[in-house]
Amino acid sequence: MLDAVLTILQVTLGILLVVVPLLVCIAYLTLAERKVIAAAHRRRGPNVVGPFGLLQPFADGLKLLTKEIVIPSRANRVVFVLAPVVTFTLSLAAWAVIPVSEQLVLANINVGVLYLFAISSLAIYGIIMAGWASNSKYPFLGALRSAAQMVSYEVSIGFVIVTVVLCAGSLNLTEIVQAQERIWYVVPLLPMAVVFFISALAETNRAPFDLPEDEAALVAGYATEYSSMLFVMFFLGEYASMILMSAMGTILFLGGWLPVPGTEVLPVPGIVWFALKTAFLLFVFLWVRATLPRYRYDQLMRIGWKVFLPLTLAWVVLTSAVLVAFDWLPEGV
Amino acid sequence: MTAPDLFFWLCAAVLMMSSVFVVSARSLVHAVFFLILAFLNAAGLFILLGAEFLGMMMLIVYVGAVAVLFLFVVMTLDTGQPGGTLRARLPAALAAGAILLLELAFVAFAGGPTEVPEPLPGGVSNTRALGRLIYTDYAALFELAGAILLVAMIGAIVLAHRYRPGVRRQDPVRQFVRQQGESIRLEDPAVGAGVSEQGR
Repeated sequence: MLDAVLTILQVTLGILLVVVPLLVCIAYLTLAERKVIAAAHRRRGPNVVGPFGLLQPFADGLKLLTKEIVIPSRANRVVFVLAPVVTFTLSLAAWAVIPVSEQLVLANINVGVLYLFAISSLAIYGIIMAGWASNSKYPFLGALRSAAQMVSYEVSIGFVIVTVVLCAGSLNLTEIVQAQERIWYVVPLLPMAVVFFISALAETNRAPFDLPEDEAALVAGYATEYSSMLFVMFFLGEYASMILMSAMGTILFLGGWLPVPGTEVLPVPGIVWFALKTAFLLFVFLWVRATLPRYRYDQLMRIGWKVFLPLTLAWVVLTSAVLVAFDWLPEGV
Repeated sequence: MTAPDLFFWLCAAVLMMSSVFVVSARSLVHAVFFLILAFLNAAGLFILLGAEFLGMMMLIVYVGAVAVLFLFVVMTLDTGQPGGTLRARLPAALAAGAILLLELAFVAFAGGPTEVPEPLPGGVSNTRALGRLIYTDYAALFELAGAILLVAMIGAIVLAHRYRPGVRRQDPVRQFVRQQGESIRLEDPAVGAGVSEQGR
């Protein structure tokens, strides 16, 4: 019994060590987003609270926490409260398997990629539950859009992951990064990296695919009826999954914690490289949001099913053919 | 009692309870939610048994795809209460339950392998072992299963697809090649004459 308690305590400590820095990253991602978009608009962005506006996220958080939680009278109360909790929890749970450096990973499991894929496919539930429980038209439409969109883009993300796994010969994230020591997969698999990034935008409901919360047509989509703490959880969940997708892109295509080729002599720890690469991908997320107009829903579905799916499928066949033809299959398979 | 034992009992208890709720929940949507909870706990049990690949597949296929479509259908149909009372359905339900119970009892006491095979033959990871088996010894069966799924998919499309004349469709290629000259037409209609579609 004591053993079990000790194990659970140890795991809890590990989880806290991952979650707390992650929450700080999320807070500063919201600030970074406002700063990047401000720069794209040639404005200054938040600069009043603290030096360079650095305390702005905390001010925003405090403000939201002091608001009143409004639960619509016709809503299904239990599911309504559960929905943001599910979204937030899932977006944090995925971090258990992310290797931020060679040794630093909470759970180095054999099927890490599948775990990530499973968690990101579960993320739909928070949104569907929110849309259904609100018992109102706009949230429901937003939830349906979101579910259809996430199911569609998961298919192409799945095939992208298959190509990477084919090249690496392992489902373990640490081994996938180690397999990139010779060359980062972004070079041989560039089209797949692009497909992955665009699908990640759709999967996290970010601009230009933010149709589920389309403020012009659906008010705020699935989040319309939410306020205060419950809204904050949706908001944090969305940003956590953005960081997660960037981290996933870093691991699958940008060589994780490996240094940029040519700078191996510099005494930079792996975690810094990992953070820099993830931050770069996050910057592209924000850049895209500041630059591109929103897609039409039928265009979004067309790209997902009629362009990405055949392309990724063909690329899986091509990759395996090349690997077999040149005898480049990873060892131990 | 070790931590895995603790999690086994937790998963098993929640699995049983949510399975009961799946059939007893009054709202269909709630029933689907409990079904999802049951799937999650079944995946947890698989992982505790060392079958991590199966557990993840359970999550990705059943929870991530099948149950989402289920939920979709149930939510958009909005059927409310399923028709018929419990009393009317009881005989059929009991018969189905009895058959399942018999089968389970048969597997547990009479047939089936008495010893559980080792999950990790030869020290390779479970995913790798599964892949080797599926693509070598059982390749034909595996392909057959794929073919059956394909037939089911084509069948569903054939049943649901119908050609509807007179529907306006978007043709992306035409939209891309359209030039400014083709999209704007300036007209100078005579007073009271109006503009007709064909009048160019």
